[in-house]
Formats: sequence, C-alpha cells, structure tokens
Amino acid sequence: MNRVEARVKVTGLATYAAEYPVEGVTYAYPVQSRIAKGRVTRVDASRALTMPGVLGVLSVEDPPELAEDADGELALFQSRDVAYRGQLIAVAVADTYENARAAADAVRVSYEPADHDVGLRADHPGLYRPEVVNPDYPADTERGDVEAGLAEAAATIDVTYTTPVEHNNPMEPHAALALWDGDGRLLVYDSTQGTSSDRETIAKTLGLPASHVRVVSRHVGGGFGCKGSTRPHAVLAALAARAVGRPVKVALTRQQMFDVTGYRTPTIQRLRLGADADGRLTALEHVAYEQSSTLVEFAEQTATPARVMYATPALRTAHRLVRLDVATPSWMRAPGECPGMYALESAMDELAYAAGLDPVELRVRNDPETEPESGLPFSSRNLVGCLREGARRFGWDRRDPEPGVRREGEWLVGTGVAASSYPARRRPSKAAATVRDGDFHVQVAAADIGTGARTALTRIAAETLGVAPDRVHVELGDSDLPDAPVAGGSMGTASWGSAVVRACEELMKNGSEGHADTTGEIATDSRLARHAFGAQFAEVRVSEVTGEVRVSRLLGVFAAGHIVDAKLARSQFIGGMTMGLGMALMEETHTDEEFGGFLRRDLAQYHVPACADVQHIEVVWLDEQDERLNPMGSKGIGEIGIVGTAAAIGNAVHHATGLRVRNLPITPAKILMARF
Amino acid sequence: MKTFEYARAASPSDAVRRSGPGVMYLGGGTNLVDLMRLGVAQPDHLVDVSRLPLDAIEQAGDRLRIGAAVRNSDLAADPLVRARYPMLARAVLSGASGQVRNMATVAGNLLQRTRCAYFQDVSRPCNKRRPGSGCPAIDGDHENLAVLGRSDACVATHPSDMAVALAALDAEVHVTGPGGDRIIPMPGLHRLPGDAPERDTVLEPGDLITAVELPPPPPGASAYRKVRERASFAFALVSIAAVLDVRDGAVAGCRVALGGVAHAPWRAGRAEQAIIGGPATGEAFLAAAEAELDEARPLPRNAFKVPLARNLIVRTLEELTP
Repeated sequence: MNRVEARVKVTGLATYAAEYPVEGVTYAYPVQSRIAKGRVTRVDASRALTMPGVLGVLSVEDPPELAEDADGELALFQSRDVAYRGQLIAVAVADTYENARAAADAVRVSYEPADHDVGLRADHPGLYRPEVVNPDYPADTERGDVEAGLAEAAATIDVTYTTPVEHNNPMEPHAALALWDGDGRLLVYDSTQGTSSDRETIAKTLGLPASHVRVVSRHVGGGFGCKGSTRPHAVLAALAARAVGRPVKVALTRQQMFDVTGYRTPTIQRLRLGADADGRLTALEHVAYEQSSTLVEFAEQTATPARVMYATPALRTAHRLVRLDVATPSWMRAPGECPGMYALESAMDELAYAAGLDPVELRVRNDPETEPESGLPFSSRNLVGCLREGARRFGWDRRDPEPGVRREGEWLVGTGVAASSYPARRRPSKAAATVRDGDFHVQVAAADIGTGARTALTRIAAETLGVAPDRVHVELGDSDLPDAPVAGGSMGTASWGSAVVRACEELMKNGSEGHADTTGEIATDSRLARHAFGAQFAEVRVSEVTGEVRVSRLLGVFAAGHIVDAKLARSQFIGGMTMGLGMALMEETHTDEEFGGFLRRDLAQYHVPACADVQHIEVVWLDEQDERLNPMGSKGIGEIGIVGTAAAIGNAVHHATGLRVRNLPITPAKILMARF
Repeated sequence: MKTFEYARAASPSDAVRRSGPGVMYLGGGTNLVDLMRLGVAQPDHLVDVSRLPLDAIEQAGDRLRIGAAVRNSDLAADPLVRARYPMLARAVLSGASGQVRNMATVAGNLLQRTRCAYFQDVSRPCNKRRPGSGCPAIDGDHENLAVLGRSDACVATHPSDMAVALAALDAEVHVTGPGGDRIIPMPGLHRLPGDAPERDTVLEPGDLITAVELPPPPPGASAYRKVRERASFAFALVSIAAVLDVRDGAVAGCRVALGGVAHAPWRAGRAEQAIIGGPATGEAFLAAAEAELDEARPLPRNAFKVPLARNLIVRTLEELTP
C-alpha cells in the first residue's frame, strides 16, 4: 500500500503550516538575546516602529498578557531576565516578512549582562538529583550491592562516554499562522506533532479555555521530537496577531530552530560493569550527567535502559542534572534510550573483550527472565532471537574478535554489534468512525509527521472493517477531531490505532457510526514490561591515512510485535538507523563557551548523513505475536531504529582499529589524534 | 536582508563601469545570496555578471581558457578538462552538491568566503567581517580552521576545492578592472590574513574575474583527494591536489597544493623542492611533508590537521608513484 497522501505531497499540493492562504496576513520576526545571562534593561523600538509596513513591536517594555503559570520557555516577554543566548525577547510585526525582519534588526536592546555558565561537567557543583526523569521515571534506582558485585567479578570495566548537544533538524522549519476571530477564538495552523496537546498548551499559556483554541496541522515535514511540545513560535504568532488585530505568520529560520525549539542534552555517562567467569553480570551501574535550563527542568531518562536490558544481581542507575544558562533541552529521537543505549551497549562490548567473550554471546547469557528493575514479566521479548538472526545474516560466526588486524589497502575493517530497545506504550485516545455514501470516514486528532500515520490508520481501519483501504478516509491533524495523544514516544500508532479499532468495531455493531475513548481500556491493561527489541550489526572501514570512518554495511533485526505496514516500517527503521549513523559519526552542535548559545547553526555545518554515507543498509523483523499490547498487537517503531546504531558503529570502529573513541561523534580528528 | 538594487551587466566593461562602493558582482549566488540573507554581505547594488558571454571553455594553443561564468557542473563535465586536467574535474566534483554546482560559477567558486561559524554569524565578533572586533575562533570553535599561515587576527580557511587544483596547475586568473586588465598567477589570488583578514584576495575594488587560463598540464600523474567526515556535501577537513612525474626512479616534477589548512589554497613549495630530484620513496615524501608542515601552528582543536596533511601528502604521492 502506498502512502495515501503521496500524490498531494509529490505534486506540492500538501499544505504545511506556513502555506495556508490567509487574507490580510502579516508577518512576525523575533528579536533574540545576544547575552547568555543577565537582564534586559531597555528595548528601544522607536526606530523600528517608524519603518515601512511595521505594525508593532512586542517586548517586555509592555508585557503581553499571559497566564501566570505559563511554561518558562513560552512565557514570552514577561520577564527582563535572560536565561540563555538566543532567547526570544521581542518581536516585530509588519506587512511583509522582509519588513518584519528589517524592523526586528532595528530594535535596540540594552542589557545588563551577568557571568554565564554553559558548560556541562561531571564535577559541576550545581549537579542535583531530579525528582523524576522524562516522562515520569524515578531518577535513581538501586537494587543489590554494586560494589560487592564489582569486587567479586572476574572481569570489570569502568568507562565514561560522552555525547554532544544534538539537534532534531526536521526538514520543515517550525512555523505557525495565528488568526483570532471577533469572539476571541484562536485558530493556529502549526507545525506540530500533536494538535490536541498543542491546543491545550496554547490555551493554557494564553489563559483561554481550550474550547476557544483550534490547532490545525494536516501535514508536518518531520519532527523527531522538537515539534512534540508547543514551541515559542506558536505563542509568538498568537500574541502578535492579538496585538495587531491581523493574522500573523511566524516561520523560524534554521538558525532560530537551533536556538528555541529544543535539542538533546549533552551527556556524560559513567558505566561500571562486572561479570563472572561465565560472563554473567555481577553488577551494572549507569550514572548519567545532563543539563537543563534555568527556566524549565527537563531531565532526560538516559540511564533507564539499564533497568530493562540485562539480568544482574546488583543494578544501580542514577541521573544528575545541572541547570545552566542554556536553552531547555527536550525530546529528540528516542530521548533516554538513544544516548543511554549508546553508552550501555558500548560498555557491553568493552566487557565482552574484558571477559574474553563474544559480544553476541555476552548479551545472550545475560538475557533476563523478567524486567530487571521492576521484576515484571515481559509481554514479549525477543532480543536473543534478533541477535541470533542478525548474527546469521551478517556472517558473525566468521568474525575474528581480534581488533585492528583486517585491512583492505589503507582501510582497516571491523564489525560491531549492539542491542536496541524501546518501550511499547500506548496512551488514551479518542476516535470516531462513520459511514457516508458507502465510504468509511475515520476521525482522530493524530499527527502524520512524515511517518505514514495516515496510511497506517487507514490500513488498521480497513482491516477492522473488512473493507478495501480505498474505501476508508482518515482525517487527522486537527484539534477539532477526537482528542488524541502526541506523535511521540513511538506510541502514536498504538494509541490512535486502538481507538480507531474500537470506533470501527462499534460502527460495525450499529451500522452507522462508532465513537471510541480508550481511557478505560488502557487503565485496565495488565502490569507487564512492554518493550520492542532489536539487534544492529555494523561493518566499518577506517582509513589509517585520514581517520575517515565509512559504514559499509548496516543490518537491523527488530522484534516489534505485529508490523502494521511493511513498507512504512522499513522506511522508519532505515530512517532511524541512518540517524544513528549520523549520531555516531557527525552530528554535533557546538556550545559557545565564550558568548553562550550554539554555533554551527545550519545544515552546512551541522552534518546529518548524506545518501553517500549509507552504502548498504538492511532491515528485517521477526514475526512477533503479542496479544497483550493493543488490538493490533503492534509495538511502536518510530524510535527503536536509532537505538543502538551508534554503539554498533563505535564497536565496529574498535574492532577495526583497536581504538575506543568514547566521545561522540567519532570524527577523523579523534581517530587521528588517538592513533596516528 | 537589506534592500538592494539589481542590474545585469551588458559586458565586462559595463560591469566594471557599474562598480563602486556598495556594489558587488553576482555570479551563481550560491554563497553571496546566503551571506546576504545572513546579513554578512550587505550590498546596495548587485551587478549580475553570470550572463556575460564568459561561459565558454576554449582551447588557446596548448592552453585552456575557462570563462569566469562557466558553471561548476559544466567545467567538471567538459571533455577537454576531463581528458587533460582530470584532477581539476575531480576537485570540482568533490565540492558542494549537484544542485549547487549547477549554479555556481568559476569566479564565484574562487571568491567564495570562509565558512567559519563566527564569520557567518553577525551577532558575534569576527575580524574578517568587522575588522578590529576580534577573533573568537582562536579560543573557540576552530576545529575546521587554519593551521598554516594563520595570524593572530584570523584563522579562517578558504573553502574551495577547485582553487586547490588550480593552484597546483599554475592556473592564471584573468582580471579586468578600473585599473585595466591583469593576470594573477595562482595561488597568488588569495592572500594570507595577516592583520587585514577582511581581504580574502589581492583583487582591488571593481576588479572582475573574466577567465581562468590553464597552462599545458604538467607531465606525470595527478590526483585530488578530499578528506571529510561526511562522504558528500561537506567542506574539506584537508584536501590535496598533487602531480608527480617520476623518471628512472627519480622525481622529475612534483606539485602539491593543500586545501582546508589555510586562508588560501596552500602550495606546498617547500615539500615540492625537497622531493624534486630525489628518489620517489615513502621516506622522501615523509621528510618533505614534515618539512612543509614544520611551520604549522595548530590550535588545540585542529591539531589533527597536521598529521592528516602529512599522511595525505605521503599517501597521495605514493599512489602517484609508478
């Protein structure tokens, strides 16, 4: 089945947030802080206000009315305090984008700067233990005696890995178009991963009842987490439109996206592992150090995969956070699992070498009966199956574990493996299904951010109804539709699909329409550990002349329940693995220690993989029957593809060269300085 | 973006006549338009020279004359270039992307600006963009910046691949301007930053590049190699253009130019002199590379470029040795 919206996308007819034709539209362009910490003493808009086409300038000099408990990143122009460089501190509104930008440039801001601190360190005096980590896991867990486990181990490792600031970088920049009607109702065309939650947040921020706000987001050009929560551009558009009495469009530049739409926190992760003579873990400790802003606490759940992955009598996980003069980090491509599994799966490889065991075998030996931290049974767990199938397909049995001995000319060749894991959750959702003119119409405020959600839901509805997919029409991307959770956490299809199935089932009973709300159903879900698993294998070539790393083969084997649509699933897995390749070898945003904020804020400097970087990539999945997940028996696949890729590549680099590069990304600079 | 006026030049002399303060020539616009959007370049007038009849590649005796407005894609695909100067075709094809090369011109490629993060960000200081404001790259983000010929005022690199090959080929840049016509031999077009990093080249105000002329290809085998962490669409960490002519086991001719290491394409004259007349051996190449890089002054985060350039010189020359 092809994507149902394929034709409108390839013909350019799909309408994205910034593209809705609106009469009398005006444009807003933000002014950003040029200091990282301190106070705005004066915003002088006098010259800007005299410029052609300018309709107004909003700033802290005349703070727009907002809810008092608005989120710190959304409480625009409420305080003179500057929390980070790049923060939005004013906005100019004009009849054209160019005039708005020129006016924004003409706004004079005076500051009283203070000393800033933008550097994450594992010995930072400001580190503390957050109450919970994203979304609501305990920050620390401890079971058994880690020190004793390490003391009795036959092989131990104690290693520290770091990951840099990374940015989501969807293709479509964040944009919003806000229109108020005469009754004080607000319509926002927004680029968002969830219209229901976006409506709630915008309404709450503006102090409006949710019923007065509507968010429409029919097509979204990628999100990867940075459109999962309401971003300041949407509030900016609403405030500006209210102030000038005209519709206002805000389209962020790529550089502004780096500043105000979230990023992955840098991490410092210390892993201590011990194994007995048989390779069974005696202790596992994972401690993650991360940052957040002074405005909002966002604590990434980086060490949580260790609570899921391996059997061990002693397990300790901990998160420490420091609040710096930086923007607030947020969700990005498998928050928690992605950086955490990079470190854990790299450490497992190091332990395999320390214990003299094959890295696949080490993981197999430590596969747990029940979820290690919670003790809950797994709804299904096929990590061992993925490892075995991947090893067979990859030719792992022919692998000589000796590092640094295979060579093709100047290229050192190596292979590596890592496990993948991602929770299989679902959340309450509503949906409606009706029959009209012999066709079936399904409504749910889901979001299709390029994943193919519209297509997957069409298929789910058609299979439930027992009709051909072309008789099913799914409407999504509008908060006026039945409430639905955000496209995030790899739970979109599971959540929306559950509601769509129930609505379709009801329709079949009464023959005309069905309405579903899965809140009750989900509340009675049995207590089980629900996760998708996978295994990734990488082959790399590392030039001993240049330190360049090229990934010649990538294989992912996944066990993620019932796969709803093979073509969409393959794209998602490959996309995730490609992002993992980027994380391993190139993605990095530099923090500007001197001035604050970020450097390299464009796609010419922040490198994501090009087609030429992906030489051979293969994805397969195991057939997994798991009735206890949801009516489809599916596990989310949006994020597991990126989990483990960087570790597999890093482990392959070690196998090729004998070098452990423990600081991502693995660049020619690091290889050359370590080896040559 | 600042409002500007746009005009098409009718001829090279018309373009020069239109030159003056606040006037910039527009080629393919692949770099200049970006810089205008960033506020880095703020011309009052753009004089479009991309449609001037300077888009031919012509044989002139045993030389090759490449018009300044020839698009990068056309240059790389030209049969004469591919047959006689394959190193140049390779260098051009290693730069940017197909779409960018379709737009970018030869002169524009030579005159593109550094991609230093500070230069491209008007909210931060940069001596090249705002003379006297300082160079934060020296203590900051300089991983991709210069190790050779840098100054305390500027550590920017010139980003072109094509210019590196042209430097190795002894290309001549033909210029017309208010002061008349002149010929500038490569790599002399680009200058080192010294205490005037705002000047990338030796061109005077109003100068217009009309052509690049290549002398007959030097005897021997040639290669262009570019090192980057992303396999495509990335600027060079270090690149090399090299020619080696070995006769009876001895080096009769050698040319080496490096990219990504300096404010200009870096012709490794010291290495060339050390190699010419000697044996074509890895030891000789290594000694020559080390002699060349002796004057490198790396910064903490770009020190890798020194061993990288050394390895690249040695390996490339070894591969060119019959």
